[in-house]
Amino acid sequence: MTTEVKDKGRWQRFLESDFFYAFKRSPVALVSFAVVCLLVLSAVFAPLIAPTNPFDPASLNLMDGFTPPLEPNAFTGNTFLLGTDDQGRDVFSTILYGMRVSLFVGVAAVLFAMVLGIVLGLVSGYFGGWTETIIMRVADVQLTFPSILVAMLIFGVAKGFTPVEYRDQMAIWVLILAIGLSDWVQFARVVRGATLVEKNKEYVAAARMIGRSPWAIMIKHILPNALSPVLVIATISLALAIIAEATLSFLGVGAPPTQPSLGTLIRIGQGFLFSGEWWILFFPACTLLALALSVNLLGDWLRDALNPRLR
Amino acid sequence: MLAFVIRRIGQSLLVLLIVGLVAFSMFRFVGDPIDNMLGQERTIEDVERLRAQLGLDQPFPIQYFKFLEGAAQGNFGVSYRQGRPVAEILLERAPATLELAAVSGVLAILAGIALGVFTAIRRNGPTAHTIMAASLIGVSLPTFLIGILLIYLFSVELGWLPSFGRGETVQLGSWWTTGFLTESGWKALILPAITLGLYQMTLIMRLVRSEMLEVLRQDYIRFARARGLRSRVVNFRHALKNTMVPVVTVIGLQLGAIIAFAIITETVFQWPGVGLLFINAIQFVDIPVMAAYLMLISVMFVGINLIVDILYVFIDPRLRVDRNGGH
Repeated sequence: MTTEVKDKGRWQRFLESDFFYAFKRSPVALVSFAVVCLLVLSAVFAPLIAPTNPFDPASLNLMDGFTPPLEPNAFTGNTFLLGTDDQGRDVFSTILYGMRVSLFVGVAAVLFAMVLGIVLGLVSGYFGGWTETIIMRVADVQLTFPSILVAMLIFGVAKGFTPVEYRDQMAIWVLILAIGLSDWVQFARVVRGATLVEKNKEYVAAARMIGRSPWAIMIKHILPNALSPVLVIATISLALAIIAEATLSFLGVGAPPTQPSLGTLIRIGQGFLFSGEWWILFFPACTLLALALSVNLLGDWLRDALNPRLR
Repeated sequence: MLAFVIRRIGQSLLVLLIVGLVAFSMFRFVGDPIDNMLGQERTIEDVERLRAQLGLDQPFPIQYFKFLEGAAQGNFGVSYRQGRPVAEILLERAPATLELAAVSGVLAILAGIALGVFTAIRRNGPTAHTIMAASLIGVSLPTFLIGILLIYLFSVELGWLPSFGRGETVQLGSWWTTGFLTESGWKALILPAITLGLYQMTLIMRLVRSEMLEVLRQDYIRFARARGLRSRVVNFRHALKNTMVPVVTVIGLQLGAIIAFAIITETVFQWPGVGLLFINAIQFVDIPVMAAYLMLISVMFVGINLIVDILYVFIDPRLRVDRNGGH
């Protein structure tokens, strides 16, 4: 977008930008970025890092069950960093694998919401007329419902429509659909607003004049100018989507027990709270908090850095 | 003005019709009701007869209309799981949710306004800073974790309060059961009410605080102080009163949110309310219950929004001029 001296690479230009300077000077941004990176990397490389595969029944030993963190088990003498659950699964490994599910659902849902919101926002802003009226009316109505409730209702409806034999396999995709559909409105509003401003500018008129198609104008010319608020909303939405996924899974209407996410792990752990096995609940809860909080702080910082006017 | 109200009501009805269509299609296309009702040994005549009896041989729009007619009269059919009329189950569960929502709403409003005023007046004091920081953490904690944390502290560690259920309830009238009249009922209510109300409380607190800060800067407040009025009178009679219009609107809109978030709180505390019923219905794909809850919650939300919108125009004359001038 910016035409700078050609002999510097993109990376070099990025390192010299105001954006990167602000990033370097903000301890909150640095710490939360580091935490996000650490968590994402450990989720991606879970099979390499995790001491056991919690979903391979052959690696489980029921005798290891309920081992407290860093204490040798009374029967087998095995020690686990964060203890084990009732079936002898290593809590550390289940967290790594659970974070994969949480992050996958969160990222996929936000991407889905983003694409949907961008397309609907561009269309309603560019074409106007009754298309715009319908899309923005639907958006207004949806905004009056809390998004977690919308996600729950969509999950329920979609689950009802899925054939019984596919329900467990499809649960993750239904979850992505539900959270994504509950979250597109913000994107659509911002993109529509930007489109309304940009479409009257001269460069759009010029593009139209040389005969570019409406879609090319919308995507190649208008959209790049609306991207920074979209990026901010996407980051904040990611934190919300991770929490929404955890909440739904905690309620038992999200990720199935065969593919537990952090929320499912917390749901399982809650059952052992009274018998004193606090670690089965405590560590997944801390991981969820660290993940949601650091993504959220990063999003807040990004909002201030890219566009102080937003919100 | 009248045109605005009529248009707004029309919009609300349209939304409800669409939600009704979704609820109805769940009934119509998820599984065959005939399969649910007749066993293995059935004749084609039986199927045909039942189909005609249930009206399933009629065209889609007529069936939809019949469904709406039934829904408007509170008839949502029979729960697949419990085998009882859905309306009866909902009526039985409603008092638990309403009592929980009422208590946490009152808690959120009182504590929220008090803390908001306090943090606005003493905005540089250490206590106010602590409260603001705590509210930030409160907002970013997911509701269910707050509930679990409270259970861990007050039920597991201290053993003061029960961790699930409603305690003893007393029957009032023909269907209302209340937990307000027994000690165990109140004890069981405390933790869920705090869990449910905390988010709304921080929201109201932050809103009151920012509105108060805005108002306290205005000339008439400075003038009132210059006249020598005591600061209590200035703060509460002059300043707080003028922050109330936006606060009341937000409180109105949050009423619906409290009922919706009750789903989470009720699941954490196994509170026998409508929300827990809905979660169980999703888990077991109990479509009549899901459809009824969907309709109920939509009517509530659309109704609340309609009332708030119309009231807003009545309360704030500036909006009225705008809307008339705009057309």
